[in-house]
Amino acid sequence: MTSPKSLWDFLPFFLGGVPVTLGVTFLAMAVAVPVAVILAIGRKSPHALARWPAGFVIELFRGSSALVQLFWAFYVLPLFGLTLSPLVCGVVVLGLNEGSYMSEVVRAGLDAVPKGQREAAVALGLPPRYRLFRIVLPQALPLMVPPFGNELITMLKFTALVSLVTIQDLSFRASLIGDTLGESGPIFGLTIVVYFVLALILGGLVRLLERAVGRQAGRNVVSVAAPHEARLPAASPLSVPAWALGGGG
Amino acid sequence: MSGFHWDWAFAWSIVPQLAQGVVVTVIATVAGSALAFMLGLVWTFLRIAQIRLVTPAVWFFVQFIRGTPLLIQLYFLFYVLPTWGLTVSALATGIIGLGLFFSAYAAEIYRAGIEHLPAGQWEAALTLGLPVRRVWTGIILPQAIRAVLPMLGNIVVSMFKQTALLSTITVLELLARGMAIGQMTYRFVEPLTLVGAFYFVVSYVSARALRSLETRDEVRA
Repeated sequence: MTSPKSLWDFLPFFLGGVPVTLGVTFLAMAVAVPVAVILAIGRKSPHALARWPAGFVIELFRGSSALVQLFWAFYVLPLFGLTLSPLVCGVVVLGLNEGSYMSEVVRAGLDAVPKGQREAAVALGLPPRYRLFRIVLPQALPLMVPPFGNELITMLKFTALVSLVTIQDLSFRASLIGDTLGESGPIFGLTIVVYFVLALILGGLVRLLERAVGRQAGRNVVSVAAPHEARLPAASPLSVPAWALGGGG
Repeated sequence: MSGFHWDWAFAWSIVPQLAQGVVVTVIATVAGSALAFMLGLVWTFLRIAQIRLVTPAVWFFVQFIRGTPLLIQLYFLFYVLPTWGLTVSALATGIIGLGLFFSAYAAEIYRAGIEHLPAGQWEAALTLGLPVRRVWTGIILPQAIRAVLPMLGNIVVSMFKQTALLSTITVLELLARGMAIGQMTYRFVEPLTLVGAFYFVVSYVSARALRSLETRDEVRA
């Protein structure tokens, strides 16, 4: 009945999930960032042929549950003759889903470039492609670093889903260990803590990156986060008059 | 090699089963939202009240919830609540999990709503000599909540999509029904596509409605 093994015996196996989780996070992010840029540019394009498909992809991926998309790619796509490995499946679905949300951030970044820049480029007779890649994007990308940092942490949490398509990340290993021990509470408690610590570490790295990019203007873009989790600027002390705090409580 | 083909007769035949899942999904969304909105208000007030130890603890708790995956929080509650003597159904566990997770976001939204009220509202309330409790319930909260209604609506839409995670803790909501049909019949195309389409239609329409609400508010302001 009682297993002689304890949770600690499985710790090395469990922590082996950390590189997997981080790997999936960064791979999915590597898909999400270009997807977001392409979708945002497509959405702003004057050509309906670019605008319409971009809008379609964004609404499609934002409109339904990421888990449903993941299962659809995993179970239904093979019937089309497209069999993806679990890793490719997870990375692509997470990347496309998160990229659709992030396209909003990119769009805000593009909008934040002063209009005069575009007008000056037009006045100089620069072709549209040159205006985008040499004038607008280079100025917009630094603005997007802080919100992209937030999205990296969202992605880290997001990757827990890939455990459901058999990728051996932290969550997958936690389930396995829980089943083996016959007691899942402690291992999932530990798993939450490990995710939180990873999020803190990534958050710290992102802040270092922000400082390296060192653009004060970037702050303005933070509030234009993707709406799926209704994110708001970081905590600050509440501006409520002192007299309103007394009494009732 | 099985190849793709869509069988309308089969698709229609599974609609009643999926509809049962829709009911569970809707219950989870409504109950989870109600819990999130209430708890969120509690967190906001505990933060405003600046109680020693309690306020920092609440802040940390909110950060912790926002910093970790909902999936693992659900697993944790599912396995741990019974050991704490709280033996509730899987659906109730899921509702608690969703409510806790989104209450962390709701708290931030309430906070933003309260902070964005013009200072004149506080001054007028003070001048009128209203009791503090009345200032909150009669002046501040009604205005603050109305201002952030579209954002609270976004929470409901997000939660609706996230209810799919409850399938992993044995709740027979929409996705779980779809997967069960797939595993029984070895046909995944119809159930999973119908499930996805349902999520898409509902959240697309509600997101559109919320967007028009937001723009209307902007015009009014």
